[in-house]
Amino acid sequence: MPPVQAIIRKELRSYFVSPIVYVVGGVFLLTFGFLAYLYIVFTGAQAIQLTQMQGGPAQINLNDLVFRNLFASTRFVLLLILPILTMRLLAEERKLRTFEFLMTAPIRVSEIIVGKFISVYLIFVGMLLLTTLVPLTLALFSDFTWYPVFTGYLGLTLLGGLFLAVGLFASSITENQIVAAFTSFGLLLMSWLLAGLGSLLGDTPAGQVVSYLSFMEHYDHLVRGLVDTKDLVYYVSGTVLMLFLAHRIVDSSRWK
Amino acid sequence: MIEVCNITKRYGHLTAIDRVSFRVDKGEVLAFLGPNGAGKTTTMRILTSFIPATEGTAHVAGFDCAEQPDEVKKRIGYLPETPPVYQELTVSEYLAFVGKLRGFSGTELTKAMDRVMERLALGSVQHRLIANLSRGYRQRVGLAQALIHDPPVLILDEPTVGLDPKQIIEIRELIKSLAGSHSVILSTHILPEATAVCQRVVIINGGRIVAEDTPDQLSARLRKSEKISVTLKAPPVNAAERFREVPGVEHVLTTADPHTVLIECALGRDIREDVARFAVGHNWGLLEMKPVSMTLEDVFLKLTQQEDELPKSNDTTVGERH
Repeated sequence: MPPVQAIIRKELRSYFVSPIVYVVGGVFLLTFGFLAYLYIVFTGAQAIQLTQMQGGPAQINLNDLVFRNLFASTRFVLLLILPILTMRLLAEERKLRTFEFLMTAPIRVSEIIVGKFISVYLIFVGMLLLTTLVPLTLALFSDFTWYPVFTGYLGLTLLGGLFLAVGLFASSITENQIVAAFTSFGLLLMSWLLAGLGSLLGDTPAGQVVSYLSFMEHYDHLVRGLVDTKDLVYYVSGTVLMLFLAHRIVDSSRWK
Repeated sequence: MIEVCNITKRYGHLTAIDRVSFRVDKGEVLAFLGPNGAGKTTTMRILTSFIPATEGTAHVAGFDCAEQPDEVKKRIGYLPETPPVYQELTVSEYLAFVGKLRGFSGTELTKAMDRVMERLALGSVQHRLIANLSRGYRQRVGLAQALIHDPPVLILDEPTVGLDPKQIIEIRELIKSLAGSHSVILSTHILPEATAVCQRVVIINGGRIVAEDTPDQLSARLRKSEKISVTLKAPPVNAAERFREVPGVEHVLTTADPHTVLIECALGRDIREDVARFAVGHNWGLLEMKPVSMTLEDVFLKLTQQEDELPKSNDTTVGERH
């Protein structure tokens, strides 16, 4: 699929020429590092306290105290920064009138959508790879179980994919990048709040459906080290659905 | 090459174009002339398969624009009104991107890029960011984009807008050089442009085609009489009346300049010799005498402003009048 390749390369080029990637990546890495630092220091303080109380070395579970908290906080960081990364994807094409060029080039709308999604996803995965410095350095000085860390990263990768797809969809409906960013904030916050509504409704069928629709619960499972097909299906189908909707919007813009 | 048959496009209650029909033969350059908002861009968007027509059909190189958009897109080079360039890319990066979307790769891509950069004289700026280029260069990059795959059909939406006179001439020369091997539709609201580069002109107003012909014939058709402008060194006080004595003269009009009069006679009659002999015979000092032909500008204004007054005759006029 050479056209998809061409679009990916062009998008990556555009991202790295503009300051967006550096700002968003910098803020993400800084926040991630700072959160990690806070949880580690906090855990250390707790360890000292426990040691003093017990009079001997205390058993501290880094997985529970550092990584679970870190992964849980990171989803909110992603919710805030990923829409900034995706807002330009289609809105800018409309604003700068290059949209008409793409639509009259002999390529399919699906190739445009997929190419743009892959490019932004690659950037996100690159950002995540840089964060692995935290568990890697921690592994030098302490013991923890790697498995939940891996599943936590799997959770982040899937969650990020969904957020980016939502962002791409939001970018398809407008030519204003600010509107695109706020639309994806809104959609993601709604999905977050659905978790609250779900727990309010409790174990009723409605409650289960609403909870399933929120990204929160599925992510928690993965962070705790539970890999359930149900959760994987949720993320993959959610991502595909959002990309499909973006495809429909772009395609239908010809019919207006 | 291009055949448009009774296409209508409505946006809700607004009719952007109304039963427009025309055709462009192979190698022909057609000007699509009309005031802003006449429906030029809409027609071009339908031809490029960007938007579908509400009614009617359009064919490019034998393919239906609505039914076979992929085939149509392959055969068209399209330059929209705003050059569709990515500011953050360099010229060669941009052309490489366009070429890849068009299915080129490897040496084929390099060849296509070199060819088009040479044709549009972009070699010296190929490594510069498009954001830093002047308007004229951006327009040329936009044209390079439309030409990279050497398409049989070119659709250019106001290609000379915003350029300086030298650049306008360059672009026009380029379009002229494309004639013969490419079919070109060029939209413009600048009249001399249509005369300068096109073999045929379609005038569109309010979404309807009001005339279609060669530039010369269009002005000939709308001329109701032959006019001669005569300038005299020492005109008599009643020059206008005196000239009426010349056989064949129908009207004589005075102008703002007291030395110049406009003499009208019936269409197809040449009375210049008689007028000259008359003026010289009376020793009025004939300084200048020239036929006044209707410019395309006059034709255009006449067609788009006073449609009702048009002589309802020629079979080349398509569409109905109000």
